[in-house]
Amino acid sequence: MSNSSRTLVLASALATALSGLAHTASAADEEKCFGVALAGENDCAAGPGTTCAGTSSVDYQGNSWSLVPAGTCLTMDLPAMADGTPRMGSMEALDRDLPA
Amino acid sequence: MFDRLPDTALPPLPGVGYKPQHYRAIMEDAGPIGWLEVHAENYMGDGGRPLAQLRHLAERFPISVHGVGLSIGGEGPLDAGHLARLKHLLGWLQPASFSEHLAWSTHDTQFLNDLLPLPYTKATVQRVSDHIDQVQEVLGRRMLLENPSSYLAFAESEMTETDFLRAVAGRAGCGLLLDVNNVFVSATNLGTSPAAYIDAFPLDLVGEMHLGGHDEQTDDAGAPLLIDSHGKPVVDPVWALLDYTLARSGPRPVLIEWDNDVPDWPVLAQEAALAGRALARVAG
Amino acid sequence: MNVTQTAFRQAVLDPARPAPDGLRDPQGGPAGRRFDVYRNNVVAGLSDALEVAFPVLRRLLGEGFFRAMAGLFARAHPPASPLMMHYGAQMPDFLAGFAPVAHLPYLPDIARLELALRRSYHAADAAPVAPDALAVIAPERLPDLRITLAPAVQLLGSDWPIHAIWRANTGAGGPAPVNRPEAVLIARKALDPSLHLIAASDLAVLRGLAEGRTLGEALDLGGDAHDPGPVLGLLLAQGAIAALT
Repeated sequence: MSNSSRTLVLASALATALSGLAHTASAADEEKCFGVALAGENDCAAGPGTTCAGTSSVDYQGNSWSLVPAGTCLTMDLPAMADGTPRMGSMEALDRDLPA
Repeated sequence: MFDRLPDTALPPLPGVGYKPQHYRAIMEDAGPIGWLEVHAENYMGDGGRPLAQLRHLAERFPISVHGVGLSIGGEGPLDAGHLARLKHLLGWLQPASFSEHLAWSTHDTQFLNDLLPLPYTKATVQRVSDHIDQVQEVLGRRMLLENPSSYLAFAESEMTETDFLRAVAGRAGCGLLLDVNNVFVSATNLGTSPAAYIDAFPLDLVGEMHLGGHDEQTDDAGAPLLIDSHGKPVVDPVWALLDYTLARSGPRPVLIEWDNDVPDWPVLAQEAALAGRALARVAG
Repeated sequence: MNVTQTAFRQAVLDPARPAPDGLRDPQGGPAGRRFDVYRNNVVAGLSDALEVAFPVLRRLLGEGFFRAMAGLFARAHPPASPLMMHYGAQMPDFLAGFAPVAHLPYLPDIARLELALRRSYHAADAAPVAPDALAVIAPERLPDLRITLAPAVQLLGSDWPIHAIWRANTGAGGPAPVNRPEAVLIARKALDPSLHLIAASDLAVLRGLAEGRTLGEALDLGGDAHDPGPVLGLLLAQGAIAALT
């Protein structure tokens, strides 16, 4: 783009931007994230999940990966890949090749 | 060079461990609270809400900065970058007190986010006091060192925890932070007497005390095993141990720590009020 | 008999290892499950931190799956710094290589979005440039102007509808995501970061500005059909401009 057309585009864009400012403050596309949860805190206590029960080898080791995602991704509806493979329809695939 | 500075500028009143969800309530009505404690690492970001809140809190309350990530008991050298961040925070905040833990959490470059235990030997006295020396030199102020909660013992330990802390404080010229709940937790877990621990503790070096709740579990043999969870009210035997301690030490700043399942402000303020009553019982 | 911190750490992170020799219960016997207090607390504490860091991932995957995955992540990637506010930076790459979520290809970008929100939250404060400061600049000077974005501004583009997925899985709410590429701008007008859907051409222009290009040069990156009005308005409304030079 030539410098003079850039000037024209930018001057007009800026005029639009400035005149629209009164409205954008309440624009629907603005979502606040609440501060406390975002912080990521250090503390000095044993966590609420802390026990002395010898559960760690069951809960976290590879052999317990019978888990499948069970959150909201199950209900999301994204189209198939180009070759027709479903992106996230069936969860069956999750029962295989779990990490050791 | 630091033994001429006062132990702490915190008032001998109840304080609480600050949680951001209590900001509004504390600013509106702090109740019995005379000071606040914050964890150093949570205020090492570049800006935003945490630092804005801390600046406002510091205008109203004496602040105690309590580090949880310096790994003073680490086998390796202290993290110079972390020490520099700490110096920056203490520099602008000028808190009334700075304390850290007798524990390690970083090894090589990995931070395990837990307060891990040390054997009590001459070699670890040397290492811990050298690290505290370095911290006090860099920060230009005296620090307090906190006794840990113990779940096990080291076969190689050569001395009691109280002798260890006395030796470190003597060598490094630091003060001590006495966590009364930790004394109770460790004594229960290791089958020793909490009162005997207090009797052996150098109470003249104590610049601050901590209280908190713990969980009760059992070990392989069915013996009680208490977990320092900071997720419940302080139990009666720990209040009694606080009374026992204050009767010997005199009034000190006493902190309620509640880090998990944090209750609404009135519940925490009520715990702090109980600490206030314990302090009133020993006030001259 | 002496327990090194290397041995202690190895046993903490690997539940298949026995507790190190030299740790004792009160009777002088082996520490047994007393050692598991440390073992469990390290992983539980790091998993808690990941749950707080990635609430949308947690919601997408469900708590049980997320916790189990967090345990694996924590053991593979313990923090490299004592600042828990920065923990989880390897999560996008971890997800990209984690077979049980291979059919959810948008997850790494959701992790990048959540990391970007947190970076914005902790970024340095900057006084925003007032709209008037831009209004008084002569039109012919505009192409040579450089716009410094505020430190809290974060930019992210994706092949996936990251804005819609984020909205549908937070308190913000929103319709079911439709598959399309999306780009977002994160800004922090005061203390709370906010997320804004922008066009791919806006993203190209903003990245140009972030790299230090002039407004005219950055404009070219958006293509001939790009109208910079909306994104300039967004930057001004969100206090996302820290300096004009």
